Amino acid sequence: MGSDEAYNFVFKVVLIGESGVGKSNLLSRFTKNEFNHDSRTTIGVEFSTRTVQLNGFYIKAQIWDTAGLERYRAITSAYYRGAVGALLVYDITKHLTYESVERWLKELYDHADPHIVVMLVGNKTDLESERSVPTEEAKDFAEKKGLLFLETSALQSTNVEAAFNKVLEEIHKKVNSKEVVRGSINAVTLNSSRAESQEEEKKPCCKNI
Amino acid sequence: MATDNRINFWRRNTKVPGSVQPVYGAQHPPLDPRLRRTYPKDTKPKFNNLKSKKACSFHEFACSTNDAWDIDDEEDDNFCGTPFSASFTPSVQIDLQNWVTNQVFSDLESKYKSLPKTRNKYKIKSCQNNVNSALAGASAKYHVGVPLNVGKTNFLSSSANPCFLSSVRSSLQKQQSLPVRPIIPLVARISDQNASGAPPMTVREKSRLDKFKQLLASPNTDLAITEELRKHSWSGIPREVRPITWRLLSGYLPANKERRELVLKRKREEYFGFIEQYYHSRTDEHYKDTYRQIHIDIPRTNPLIPLFQQPAVQEVFERILFIWAIRHPASGYVQGINDLVTPFFVVFLSEFVTEDVENFDVAALPLETQRNIEADSFWCMSKLLDGIQDNYTFAQPGIQNKVKALEELVSRIDVDIHNHFKKYEVEYLQFAFRWMNNLLMRELPLRCTIRLWDTYQAEAEGFSHFHLYVCAAFLIEWRKEILCMVDFQSLLMLLQNLPTIHWGNEEVGLLLAEAYRLKYMFADAPNHYKR
Repeated sequence: MGSDEAYNFVFKVVLIGESGVGKSNLLSRFTKNEFNHDSRTTIGVEFSTRTVQLNGFYIKAQIWDTAGLERYRAITSAYYRGAVGALLVYDITKHLTYESVERWLKELYDHADPHIVVMLVGNKTDLESERSVPTEEAKDFAEKKGLLFLETSALQSTNVEAAFNKVLEEIHKKVNSKEVVRGSINAVTLNSSRAESQEEEKKPCCKNI
Repeated sequence: MATDNRINFWRRNTKVPGSVQPVYGAQHPPLDPRLRRTYPKDTKPKFNNLKSKKACSFHEFACSTNDAWDIDDEEDDNFCGTPFSASFTPSVQIDLQNWVTNQVFSDLESKYKSLPKTRNKYKIKSCQNNVNSALAGASAKYHVGVPLNVGKTNFLSSSANPCFLSSVRSSLQKQQSLPVRPIIPLVARISDQNASGAPPMTVREKSRLDKFKQLLASPNTDLAITEELRKHSWSGIPREVRPITWRLLSGYLPANKERRELVLKRKREEYFGFIEQYYHSRTDEHYKDTYRQIHIDIPRTNPLIPLFQQPAVQEVFERILFIWAIRHPASGYVQGINDLVTPFFVVFLSEFVTEDVENFDVAALPLETQRNIEADSFWCMSKLLDGIQDNYTFAQPGIQNKVKALEELVSRIDVDIHNHFKKYEVEYLQFAFRWMNNLLMRELPLRCTIRLWDTYQAEAEGFSHFHLYVCAAFLIEWRKEILCMVDFQSLLMLLQNLPTIHWGNEEVGLLLAEAYRLKYMFADAPNHYKR
């Protein structure tokens, strides 16, 4: 569950990718440190939060786990609104899930903020023996497209924290650097009561959609 | 403050058992919080906390288990008899060991109040010896392995004595005088017993069963009889006659008794004709995506119920869904449709099973029986889907309309809730999508769904129309909890994880009564609920 304490920022992050690649377990691993062999198919959108501490700030990650199935796209596109980060997940043992990454990217850029931070995530590294997507290939692709990249295992907990934290860090950098016009990224400063934080301007209320 | 509200919410209802645990990815039935705990998040989460979270904060855990534990002495007898520990996953056993451990700790806590404690950790170094001896005592008493070295996380993994639960619970009972309700095992019972665990047949229920039998035995089962049947079914169908009543109400079985055998035979042959004709094409270019999606969804359909892990059952589901999908190209297979097979399959199977449906070995049935159950499930599910197919066609207009209708209805019947959602920018689509797509199956235990479908099939267009009022009534049911949540996050977490694990016929009955009342007020009078 979310933290009870005050937080400085709320960053909305979406998990996207083909059905069955492990999005829901990445979410539960990150927010509850749980992996569930018994998880069910995600219907519509499911939601969870976790607060992390970065550079002295408390950042509440508001994470949306979406259904991967094509049929839901018309509904789920609504959920991209206001997202400042995305983890685009594929399964390293199923090359097909990697092949549709371009399509997902297109959808993402069609619906989400242009400055959205995107990480390509190759999940299920615990099944190394069944790998069908070479790390280098995916890494190069990510670089070419300007995406962050990591390989993870929700089952073994490998790199899951690193993936989310990296994305949150990058979002925070963007917000701080003011390279984006204020208001075009929906990050909310709620509480600047921490002694060492700089003077933060209050931003308009975040859109939660 | 949100903090206080949240804590108060979890602790408020001491009469209601258990604390609510998030059910992400929605395990179904929702996890029983008393048997499978997740710890409240540390307020300052540790990075790279790769250890099991279970080990970390005893103090927190003790606090989080302050709420009611339900005990029912009658149930103990049942439990001691069944191979209960077999149904416990190792993680549950460890959770129980933790629980025992932490009961000890919370007892000690009151004795050692002077011990320094940080917000998250409970330092007991100074009384380690006392603790260890208390733990050893607890270990012997509760037949569980508990750590004899505080601070280590390697719990002894002794196999849980099937009866230890009862001794654990009976000691609890002395500590807390709380309303007694049955413990529902990790795998929720599918039977239609009331949640109170009362014996299945009260006098009233017996007379209802007799009424049904009388109606069903009537030599001239014409429309009038069917209407009688429908009327009685609205209030719930006795388990014994549910299989045949469902077939009748759905229109699958003809009312005319003489035609029944012929029709059944024909329909069943027709279904297996489809299998012969189409099933092999699941590897074709055109259909393999459909098949692949079905194939990866089936194991994720009822993952906690052993019945559905049997290969024979999974194959049945695959066939039913694949054939339906290719015969309905307007929608094809959509996630959620897989759930809709389950109630039919379970009900039709129950005709041949006296006790535990969820652990029954389907392969033990004669092949023809298995085939009949499969074919009947296919046809009844088809009939259900016929009425709601636009839920699943492109862009899912049926669902969008229903969610919109729900919003309008709620804005009329509970303006507080409606404004509360507006204030915190909660969109109905964010939680009600799943309610419509899966007909509330993800929000209720399976036994409740089955009871609900008695009424849905008794109603005209129950799955499409009455369902809306049931959703409204369901939402309003939680109005107190909803109004207590004062930020977007906690609202949505609540709405996606409503605590219905203990629900049974009583709760569903009340829900239906309320839905009926709403429908009476608002149906066929759209202007009543348009803004």
